[in-house]
Amino acid sequence: MIQIEGLTVRFGGVVSIDDMSVTFPGGTCGLIGPNGAGKTTFFNVLSGFVTPAAGRVNIDGVDLLAMPDFQRARWGLRRTFQTEQAIEKMTVYDNVLIVSEHTSKLSRSAAAADVMQAIELAGLKDKAKVAVGTLPASDRRMVEVARAMVGSPKVILLDEPAAGLPEGETERLASTIKQIPDAIGATVIVVEHDMSLVQACCTTTAVLDFGRMIANGPTGEVLRSPKVLSAYLGGEELP
Amino acid sequence: MNASILRGITIRKALPVVIVAALALFVIPGFLAPFWVKVLTQATYYSIIAGGLVLLYGRVGLASLGQVALSGVGAWVFARLYYATHLPTPVLLLLAGVVAAVVGLGLGLPALRLSGLYLSLATLMMAAAVGIFISVLKFPNGGPGFSGIVKDQSQRKLIPRPSIAIGDTAFFRFCIVVAALMFGLYVLHLVTKPGRAWASIAQSEASALAAGVNITVYKLWSFVLVSFATGVAGGLLACDVGSLSAANFPPQESLILMAVVLMAGYHSLWGGLVAALLARLLPELLKNDDSVVGWIIQRFYGSWKGVSATIGLILFGIGLLANLSGSTKAMKKKGLIS
Repeated sequence: MIQIEGLTVRFGGVVSIDDMSVTFPGGTCGLIGPNGAGKTTFFNVLSGFVTPAAGRVNIDGVDLLAMPDFQRARWGLRRTFQTEQAIEKMTVYDNVLIVSEHTSKLSRSAAAADVMQAIELAGLKDKAKVAVGTLPASDRRMVEVARAMVGSPKVILLDEPAAGLPEGETERLASTIKQIPDAIGATVIVVEHDMSLVQACCTTTAVLDFGRMIANGPTGEVLRSPKVLSAYLGGEELP
Repeated sequence: MNASILRGITIRKALPVVIVAALALFVIPGFLAPFWVKVLTQATYYSIIAGGLVLLYGRVGLASLGQVALSGVGAWVFARLYYATHLPTPVLLLLAGVVAAVVGLGLGLPALRLSGLYLSLATLMMAAAVGIFISVLKFPNGGPGFSGIVKDQSQRKLIPRPSIAIGDTAFFRFCIVVAALMFGLYVLHLVTKPGRAWASIAQSEASALAAGVNITVYKLWSFVLVSFATGVAGGLLACDVGSLSAANFPPQESLILMAVVLMAGYHSLWGGLVAALLARLLPELLKNDDSVVGWIIQRFYGSWKGVSATIGLILFGIGLLANLSGSTKAMKKKGLIS
């Protein structure tokens, strides 16, 4: 369970996240909102790239914000970025191995098995020895997901994993994301604009708008909420 | 060497290295005049420094302009320890590398808080500071005390070459072996955990941090490794010239080194070898009457000696501009700049 209390982030005079309080119960959770709502900033706070002005982040009794940024990955926090970060010249295996060898203290054989498990979960078993740069965009996205799944993570943050993917590939991605909690026991938070992916894999969804949390609950209910529709489609602010 | 290391060194990659090393060891010395063997000897130890810069810039993304000064540190330590201890050359080379690595660590620690142009400027200033330090301290020439300076020129002693490599050809082969060991050290790092961590840092520091890579440790590791090898190269230079002065290590030489590395290619360690040939062999080819290039210049333009060295610099400048222009296009293509 991830509990966020009174999280506030300011960049000079701009309030990017305004007193955000929310609980992510576990499983796969969605975090949506219009552009500039503060979703990626929230991920950056959890990753340690941005220091909040106020607030607490408690994950299963651990005060995440008290942890140095470089230790968070070793503790079990993983994330992907909006842009691809896998190294094109290296193989899929080596790209996933980088995360494994810096986050876990497994023996060489155990680490190799762990890396292969993540690659298989991402559906890239046959491409483990292929250079990432030669893969199609959808497979490169799955490499990012495999990197996030390796090393027994506790929390996985996926930042717009479906950006630029065609519909068929989004379904494959959603299917993979949906199985992560059961397969490796991690809580997944997905930031996404593609509502079909959110609907397909997120049991709960929280909505940010201009840095404020405006809705949180079961995904179906949240996506039908007039307040959420207003935030996405524009119109008068609803109480 | 374990299986994971061997996985990265395929036969396809290793074969050209073996061929080049065999040519350098057994074929080239037999065909060349002594002058060109000396030039290639210089290029050999220069390639260790250039290869280090390729690793730093091409694999970790650190643009250091202090490498020539660090080789000066290695040369100073080598000379001082030789006069003080007369230890065998391999041991002295090792110690020169270790001290240069410690100095590199000291310089790198504050410098690594910077990046890009600011890191380059900081390392250039540090190189200038080391240059001033060496100019004041002067290179040892067999005298007593810490500085090891003897004022009477008739009393000064030359640093000898190793007993197994007294002649020019033997010393060239000795340098090839040492360079092969240093390049082997680079490759060993590149195909194992540090190399993957460096690649991750070069890709994106945020991504590397998210992958659990300790960025400071791995950046410093690269700096220390390259400083070690650069110090060893400085020791080879000390053996080669016998008598050292600060003029052997001008700070601006680091700028030329960066230019030739950019020209030669910084994505592969081969770039270090090509850069060394560009920096050491090309100028000699341009100004020497015995070379084919020199002969052509003499044939068509008459006496060209005063200008030939400048031609090299102009070529480096053109190559650098072409390279930077290509880099700019590549960055635009990737959307990194508008």
